[in-house]
Amino acid sequence: MVDDRVNNERRRFLTVVTSGIGAVGGIFAATPFVLSMMPSERAKAAGAPVEIDISKLKPGQMVKEIWRGKPVWVVSRTPEMLESLKSIQDELRDPASEQSVQPANSQNEFRSEKPEILVLIGICTHLGCSPVEKFAIGPASGISDDWPGGFFCPCHGSTFDMAGRVYKNVPAPDNLPVPPYKFLNDSLILVGEEGSA
Amino acid sequence: MSKLLTWVDDRFPATKVWEEHLAKYYAPKNFNFWYYFGSLAVLVLVIQILTGIFLTIHYKPDSELAFASVEYIMRDVPWGWLMRYLHSTGGSAFFIIIYLHMFRAMLYGSHRNPRELVWLIGCIIYVAMMAEAFMGYLLPWGNMSYWGAQVIISLFTAIPGIGEGLALWIRGDFVVSDATLNRFFAFHVVLIPLILIGLVFVHIVALHKVGSNNPDGIDIKKVKNENGIPVDGIPFHPYYTVKDIMGAVFFLILFSIVIFFMPEFFGIFLEKDNFTPANPLQTPEDIVPLWYFTPYYSILRANTVNFFWIDAKLWGVIFMGLAIVMFFLLPWLDRSPVKSIRYRGVQYKVWLTLFAISFVLLGYLGLKNPNHVDLFLFKNVIWAQIMTVIYFLFFLLMPFYSKADKTKPVPERVSSK
Repeated sequence: MVDDRVNNERRRFLTVVTSGIGAVGGIFAATPFVLSMMPSERAKAAGAPVEIDISKLKPGQMVKEIWRGKPVWVVSRTPEMLESLKSIQDELRDPASEQSVQPANSQNEFRSEKPEILVLIGICTHLGCSPVEKFAIGPASGISDDWPGGFFCPCHGSTFDMAGRVYKNVPAPDNLPVPPYKFLNDSLILVGEEGSA
Repeated sequence: MSKLLTWVDDRFPATKVWEEHLAKYYAPKNFNFWYYFGSLAVLVLVIQILTGIFLTIHYKPDSELAFASVEYIMRDVPWGWLMRYLHSTGGSAFFIIIYLHMFRAMLYGSHRNPRELVWLIGCIIYVAMMAEAFMGYLLPWGNMSYWGAQVIISLFTAIPGIGEGLALWIRGDFVVSDATLNRFFAFHVVLIPLILIGLVFVHIVALHKVGSNNPDGIDIKKVKNENGIPVDGIPFHPYYTVKDIMGAVFFLILFSIVIFFMPEFFGIFLEKDNFTPANPLQTPEDIVPLWYFTPYYSILRANTVNFFWIDAKLWGVIFMGLAIVMFFLLPWLDRSPVKSIRYRGVQYKVWLTLFAISFVLLGYLGLKNPNHVDLFLFKNVIWAQIMTVIYFLFFLLMPFYSKADKTKPVPERVSSK
């Protein structure tokens, strides 16, 4: 015997439930595809810490290394450069580095563990260009007559001081980040691993 | 022969498709110059796909090998230089054609009822083309490729909360790297072309459902002869196929001049910084995207003020996104009783002119340093701000001026011009 009466309510219920479960299954099936685009184990391993030798770095000089594919700068600051940090507090957006990224050992007025050695990630916080060093003071820098030395981003004109702190009224919203690092000894820095203090 | 055709027609609607879309597709008889760009866009799409396939035969999507493999194509592969220049020039030509194609719609109201879907699908094609061009530009792995990708992907980091994770997911690494290059290659040669071809197909199907607009912006289906054929319509084939072939020949002449005599087009189609390999330590002095993105890049850079609780970086990204969204809204922003600019009043004409000027100037300013003075009186960034305001006012005020505008009476039949 064939019962050809149609129970519409039951059909609608089954359609909704089947579509709902199908959609959940679709999300599960999509997950591996989406996650396969995240950094691979190799890419994460390439994030291993790097050692930077600063024994040949003289005051006023800078070395560039690559950590996690990003430029890392180590600057040996002269006493004048350190002095310049104090006079420009009012021109900075975040002079105390409250919003910016830095490890605990660099949460201070110099943004560094040792005042003279500055370690920065050389990626502008605006749109990721690499700023250039403009350590010359005044008109020689080509930036302004009272430029106290710092960094300049060629892409959109953001300026930073000798501690990587961003000036007001430039496109970059934050100070340049300081990577986690520690001193292995006086001439060797390990970037990518945080120091104790 | 006719037996074979009958055999096929019994199994596949060959004759039906041919007649519906070509031999018996009645297009208005008054198409003018502006109506070349649709078929030219299809031509360039074919050129891009064809040359792209032959480029992948020699290209290596590997950050160690990519730059050298492009140089290998240019120097050692027989006719490789031609494939590469056809493809790089084709990219720019595609955008020139599409911009003119879109402007045509704005002149004659081709986005208006009943063609809203044709327009929306077209807008999605435009966005897909931008993704295609952006990803393709990374592949030569020059220094501008590298830093351009770095800057554009960093735009996503402006989105609060998920931005950083999203950028990481797109790059597949902490910076633009081999992983990024490899996936952009996959998207550029497989995913987006498939999407583009599908969208172009849907665009044409939707167009043929409602029929083509024309420079008078009037419906030719209102006046039909005894056979039900619009009296102002002519079959697309042979009339417009022949007309479009003439347009294609003229286009190919211009295209060839660029390819054979100025393939870099004064550093606009191929930027000089891209002739050095990618260097993660050194950003080029003047970083600019390719010319077809510069209007939006200008809008991004024009946002220099933090306001409310949102900083300038996020405003820039928001306005850049909105600048593209505006095109999608066009069919509903336009409240004029007529479609074509021929029967509109002075207000729409003035606004459309201002919009065209702002778009071109924003594009020009995007190629320049924001702090220099390249026009007159003001720094480039000030000009960009003024032009950004005009750009948005054109769209946002459209419901008002298009309605208030004095229109002329629209004729029953298309004008012979």
